[in-house]
Amino acid sequence: MDDMRYEAPDSQDSAISMLAEAGGSGKVLAGGTDVLVQLHAELIEPDVIVDIKSIPGTQDISETDGSYTFGAAVPGMVLMGHEGFSSTWPGVIDGVALIGSIQVKGRASVGGNLCNASPAADSVPAMIAAGAICNIVGPGGSREAPVEDIVTGPGKTSLADGEFILSFTLPARPPHSGDAYLRLTPRTEMDIAVVGSGVNITLDDDGTCTAARVALGAVAPTPLLVADAADALIGSKVDETALAKMGDACSAACNPISDKRGTKDYRIKTASVIAQRAAEIALERAREN
Amino acid sequence: MAKRSHVTTTVNGDEYEFLCDADQTLVNVLRDELELTGTKEGCSTGDCGACSIMLDGDLVCSCLVLGVEADGKDIQTIEGMAPSADELHPLQRNFLEINGLQCGICTPGILIAARALLERNPDPTETEIRFWLAGNLCRCTGYDKIIRSVQAAAEEMRKG
Repeated sequence: MDDMRYEAPDSQDSAISMLAEAGGSGKVLAGGTDVLVQLHAELIEPDVIVDIKSIPGTQDISETDGSYTFGAAVPGMVLMGHEGFSSTWPGVIDGVALIGSIQVKGRASVGGNLCNASPAADSVPAMIAAGAICNIVGPGGSREAPVEDIVTGPGKTSLADGEFILSFTLPARPPHSGDAYLRLTPRTEMDIAVVGSGVNITLDDDGTCTAARVALGAVAPTPLLVADAADALIGSKVDETALAKMGDACSAACNPISDKRGTKDYRIKTASVIAQRAAEIALERAREN
Repeated sequence: MAKRSHVTTTVNGDEYEFLCDADQTLVNVLRDELELTGTKEGCSTGDCGACSIMLDGDLVCSCLVLGVEADGKDIQTIEGMAPSADELHPLQRNFLEINGLQCGICTPGILIAARALLERNPDPTETEIRFWLAGNLCRCTGYDKIIRSVQAAAEEMRKG
C-alpha cells in the first residue's frame, strides 16, 4: 500500500487506460465510503486508485423526454435533494435514503453501492425494479447493461478490467406508475437489510397492472430480479390474491444464508411480507399519478 | 515510498497547503498535518460520526475522504464554529448549559452535524433530529440531553 498511487483523471479515456494498465490492481473510487474502509482494513491493496469524480457525466443529473440519467458518482444526498428525480422515482429514493447516515450519503453513490456488490445493498433492488440501465465505458468501447447483470456474487461484478460505470439511465415513466423499496432490519436506522424488496408497477386507467418488476436483496448471493413475482401482478388489480401469489414467488426465489441478522427460514418467509408491503406502497404511488 | 501529493485547500476560510500520502485520510491530514485537532477520529469506518466536517457544503465523515480529495475544496471544521474567541455558537453554548456532553469526543462531530441540520431545517421535530444525528454515536449521554441541546439552540436561533 506504500506504493499506492491516487489519480483523478478528467476524461473517461484517461481513466480507462489507467485502469486497463493496472489490470486487476486498479480500484475505482467514487464516494469512497466502502473503498476507504476496505483499503484501511487491508481487504484490498490496489496499486492505483482512480477517482472518477472529475470525469464529465459522473456527477450530473439530467432528464430527456421523461428519461433520467444520473452519474454513477452522484452522492446520495444530491440525488435525494433533486426534486424532479425524487418525485419521479420515489422507490429509488427509498433505497438511497437507507444507505448509511447523512454523512455517509454525503459521499456514497448508487454506482458505488452497486459495484461494492453486497447482496444487501439498499439502492440495488430499487434500481433493478426501476429497469435502470448502466452506461459502462471501457477499453472495448461503451456498452449498456441492466443493473441486474452487474453483481455476480458477494464482492464480484461482471465489469471487465478497465471498465467502469459512468452513469445510469432510467426509462421514461408511463402514467399511473409507482415504485417503492422496503427493507427489514432489526433496528430502524444504520443497519443492514435482512430482506429488501423493490417493486415498480404501471397501471392502466382501470387500475389493472400492465407492467411490473419485482426485485429482492439480501436473500441470495446477488440481488434478484424475480420474473415470476412480476407475472403474478401483471393483469391483476394488485388485489390481495395477486399480492399473495407475488409473495409466494418471492419466497420461492430466495436462496439465502443464515447469519446473525436472520436465519434462512426467516428470510424466506419475510421476503414475501416485505415484497407485498413494498408493492402496496408502489400501488398507492401509481394511483396518485 | 510513493510520492506525496501537494494539496491546496481552504479550511474555515484560511488557505492551507500540505503534502500527503495517497492513502492518508482527511481526518489524519486535519489532525496530524494541519494540527486542527478539534475534529476527532473514532471508528475510522464512517460509523461513529466523530470526524464529521463540512466539505464543499456537504456533511461528511472525514475518515471516508482522502486527503488528496480535498484539493481545491472548502472545508469547515469545529475550529471555525464560534463566531469569535469570546463568543460561542448557540449550539455550543446550549450543549454546555444543558450538559449535552460528558467525555466530549463525539461533540465536535455532533455540533457540525447539528448545525448542518439547522441550516436546512430551522425547526426540526425531535424525530427529525434523531434521524439526522443517527450517524453520530455517543456512549455517554444516552442522547436525551444532546437532543434537548439542539432543540434549545434551534429555538434560540429562530428568535434571532
